[in-house]
Amino acid sequence: MQKDYLQVRDLHVEFDGFVAVQKVDLTIFQGDLRFLIGPNGAGKTTVVDAITGLVPSTGSIEYGSTRLNQLKVHQIVRLGIGRTFQTASIFEQLTVLQNLDIAAGIHRTRRSLLRTRRETAPQIEEALEIIGLADLRDRKGGELAHGQRQWLEIGMLLVQDAKVLLLDEPVAGMSHDERQATGELLQRIGPDRTIVVVEHDMDFMRSFAQSVTVLAQGSVLSEGTVAEVQSDPRVQEVYLGHAATEAARQAMAADKEAI
Amino acid sequence: MIALSRNEVARMLMGVILAAVILLVLAPAVLSEFRLSLLAKFICYAMVAVGIGLAWGKGGMLTLGQGVFFGLGAYMMAMHLKLSDAGPGGVPDFLTLYGDGQLPGWWLPFRSGGLTIVLIIVVPTLLAWGLGYAVFSRRVKGAYFAILSQALAAAFAIYLVGQTKIGGTNGLNGFRSFFGYRLADPANKQMLFTIASVLLIVMVVVVWQLYRSRYGELLVAVRDQEERVRFLGYDPAQVKVFAYVVAAVMASVGGAMFVPIVGIVSPSEVGVVPSIGFLIGVAIGGRATLLGPVLGALGVAYAETTLSENFPSFWTYFQGALFIVVIAFLPGGLASLGSLVRRLRRQPQEV
Repeated sequence: MQKDYLQVRDLHVEFDGFVAVQKVDLTIFQGDLRFLIGPNGAGKTTVVDAITGLVPSTGSIEYGSTRLNQLKVHQIVRLGIGRTFQTASIFEQLTVLQNLDIAAGIHRTRRSLLRTRRETAPQIEEALEIIGLADLRDRKGGELAHGQRQWLEIGMLLVQDAKVLLLDEPVAGMSHDERQATGELLQRIGPDRTIVVVEHDMDFMRSFAQSVTVLAQGSVLSEGTVAEVQSDPRVQEVYLGHAATEAARQAMAADKEAI
Repeated sequence: MIALSRNEVARMLMGVILAAVILLVLAPAVLSEFRLSLLAKFICYAMVAVGIGLAWGKGGMLTLGQGVFFGLGAYMMAMHLKLSDAGPGGVPDFLTLYGDGQLPGWWLPFRSGGLTIVLIIVVPTLLAWGLGYAVFSRRVKGAYFAILSQALAAAFAIYLVGQTKIGGTNGLNGFRSFFGYRLADPANKQMLFTIASVLLIVMVVVVWQLYRSRYGELLVAVRDQEERVRFLGYDPAQVKVFAYVVAAVMASVGGAMFVPIVGIVSPSEVGVVPSIGFLIGVAIGGRATLLGPVLGALGVAYAETTLSENFPSFWTYFQGALFIVVIAFLPGGLASLGSLVRRLRRQPQEV
């Protein structure tokens, strides 16, 4: 068995009596590129929130031999577990370089914080190359295009030296080319890391997923390779149902426009 | 990158030399003894302002209670001056005049000048650290933090009024000497002015380095997106506490210098009203800039003195009006006027 892995057992998350996630088990090994899919409200983001300490949960979440429950957000990050958000949250007033530099800070001593940055650290240079923003290093975060923002966030996780990357809808709102580039980026950085992607985009999932977990109504519905999951009748039912309601909603919107 | 930072250092050194010439050479030559000691008093306020600029301008913590730290420094210095006036083993005059002549035990550390200076730094550090950590780790921020710090200032002033052993409402006054130098001597008054000026310049340089350091970037990041910073593996509470502690120490040192320069400290100098007063200069000058808080504090203090000399009851209205105008039309303070003018000038060309 490989050493680095993320293991979730019997995860429960409740908000004021509403059960958002129940009895979720997940085991993800280093090198895996796991997609977490499911209809709206299935609890995908909530699972990520629970792992990163943003919402309280019961059950056990372990990374290697460390238990993550009860730890604070910044302590979990320092163990090597990083995440992105649905809306990219980079520092808009800081340049690309400063954004990456600030993310590299957890490996610095407190005293070095009081000094001025004099040169670009090698791991930051490397991250700039990997995410393809080397030419935009002095551009302010707020001036970046949508896709570039997500890449910058992934770059921040790289300099943070995150071993587990939890990405919440990284390609939402991206063009086809940007999606392709993002997928290739994930494949490049994947082998040394554990990557979990929460995603709605089925084409993106089919192109890049190594394994898939389907959540529905807060529980795991199915798990396996893309082919295995796609042939699972329960998954088809959930997604056909979802597609049907989606089609109905679109029809209604069209009606409204006609009026 | 390196060339750029060398350039910055050169500019900073030029600024320090300029400030030193103005404060240490020009001001004593031009100003009368009375005006010079007024300026010395304003400089004490400016020290508090530098700290507020760091904590509020860059850190987003609306410190409405800096009077507490100002007061701590001031009272500690005042107690030392009272004890050294009374001589070795002596008891300060007011304790025998109005009290039982007994010196409480907690006065004793202030017999030593060196220990007093250490305590002027250490006491606000510990208080701001403990208080800041308790408040910020519970994610209290914004208006709640402002109200909390203001309530603390109010409580502190009320507490002091009740403490007859440190002068009650009257506070401490009538100091004759400062570390062995007679305060009535004009040369010594000038020396106090020089010390205060040097301290202010040092504080501005400290803040300058903080602003350009990685810590400065981090502090601004916490101000703008505290939750995001958590996911970079930092504890935002620690980042904020550091700025709060630095601001507290600066306020305390300002208070400590205020005492020999002005000759009195009383509860009315440390309560809610002076705490807000500290803030107004910072807001008007430009809270997020390096020199805005200093110049704002000096300017407001100067305007207050001149206006209340000529129109005694007018100042409060003027202060309120200025505050409203700046907040409504120039949220970045007067320091942002330059960039505003540049923006307006450039606009026609862009169209």
